[in-house]
Amino acid sequence: MIALVDYGVGNLFSLRSSFAALGVETVVTADPAVIRGAERVVLPGVGAFGDAARKLSAAGLDRAVVGAAKAGKPLLGICLGMQLLFDVSYEYGTFGGLSLIRGAVRPIREKIPAALKIPHIGWNALRFTKPSPLFRYIKEGDHVYFVHSYAADLTEATVATAEYGAPLVAAVQQDNVFGCQFHPEKSGPVGLSILRAFCEVSV
Amino acid sequence: MITKRIIPCLDVRDGRVVKGVNFEGLRDVSSPVELADYYSRCGADELVFYDITASAEGRGLFTDILKKTAERVFIPLTVGGGINTLDDFDRVLKCGADKVSVNSGAIRDPALIGAAAKRYGDQCVVLSVDVKRVGGRFCVFAKGGRENTGLDAIEWIKKGVADGAGELVVNSMDTDGVKGGFDLPLLSAVCDAVDVPVIASGGAGKIEDFITLFDTLPRVDAGLAASIFHFGEVDIKTLKQQMARHGIPARL
Repeated sequence: MIALVDYGVGNLFSLRSSFAALGVETVVTADPAVIRGAERVVLPGVGAFGDAARKLSAAGLDRAVVGAAKAGKPLLGICLGMQLLFDVSYEYGTFGGLSLIRGAVRPIREKIPAALKIPHIGWNALRFTKPSPLFRYIKEGDHVYFVHSYAADLTEATVATAEYGAPLVAAVQQDNVFGCQFHPEKSGPVGLSILRAFCEVSV
Repeated sequence: MITKRIIPCLDVRDGRVVKGVNFEGLRDVSSPVELADYYSRCGADELVFYDITASAEGRGLFTDILKKTAERVFIPLTVGGGINTLDDFDRVLKCGADKVSVNSGAIRDPALIGAAAKRYGDQCVVLSVDVKRVGGRFCVFAKGGRENTGLDAIEWIKKGVADGAGELVVNSMDTDGVKGGFDLPLLSAVCDAVDVPVIASGGAGKIEDFITLFDTLPRVDAGLAASIFHFGEVDIKTLKQQMARHGIPARL
């Protein structure tokens, strides 16, 4: 059973529907005990980093998510949920994340040429920088759907990038901790294949 | 590189697609769920549902069908039509919409865009504008194009973006329905004025119109159309292959 962490940021409707389409059972939960008992955990999220980090810790869910990751359970952060896996974000201030992956999240504006529009929104192609079990059913060059104005730094944990004036981090992995900057639940069959691969990562 | 998006728009009334559609192999051509599924399978990059329901009862049917569609279609879904309040945003977002498009509602309540952007984020708020030339000026029309507001379109668009609209649908009433191509002068003026993604609407009649659009105005992000897709005059798969052949980035 997969726990979808519900901490009041973003809409879990599509994510729940995506797993349902794959025939995978999910539970949308804000209960640390349910997260601790789940086989896998998905941390979604849209909105601003500081607000999300505050809501996550206010409910005690930060400790539950970190605990699940430390226990070796597959964890997938999506969009802002991926950014929360990092140490720190500079979105409207300086805010601490879950520190499951080393590095920082910064405005895309600092990373790309000024002529390009922000947010980075739309379908962009994946370039693999390292092998990852997430890519088991997809190939390099497949398109996925992005909407974001902040991006993680390129680090050892980067497994895929997308080119937007510069390579932007598209996916990360540190052992059993995974993250997608794009929205697999909005990326058609390619996105569903990524979610399916996550469901099959061995525990 | 971000691909140029191709977006079919479905007009839905009381939960059914209006304006006939003409596809072989669809059991029910007025079912938004089936049509959305069809379009997502043939390569549409995004879908727009436009709710032209008049009654509250009909709106219930619409949200019901929206939910059913969102459960099955895993590409971005924008909903417009009858969006006047934050409650309207809430209602469609809870049913699986990813973005909400406002038009007349933003004219009636100039604070709506700002309030929605603050609550749901800029990326969620799409400003849709119906524009027509009056005495050489680009004017904003409201109520489905029936009423000239007297507002200058470029100024209105700039204000909307400053308030937090994260994307624009620019519909030219001068080219709409004519099938002679998109309104390039209008779109060019809009691209000069703002730096959020611009979706061109109104005037597409054939594949070449999309090629011309993206070739002439590389800053336009997407092309939206309705009947030419519904009636099979332009096949989305073929369109995107042609775009790629012309060096226009497309998701194949």
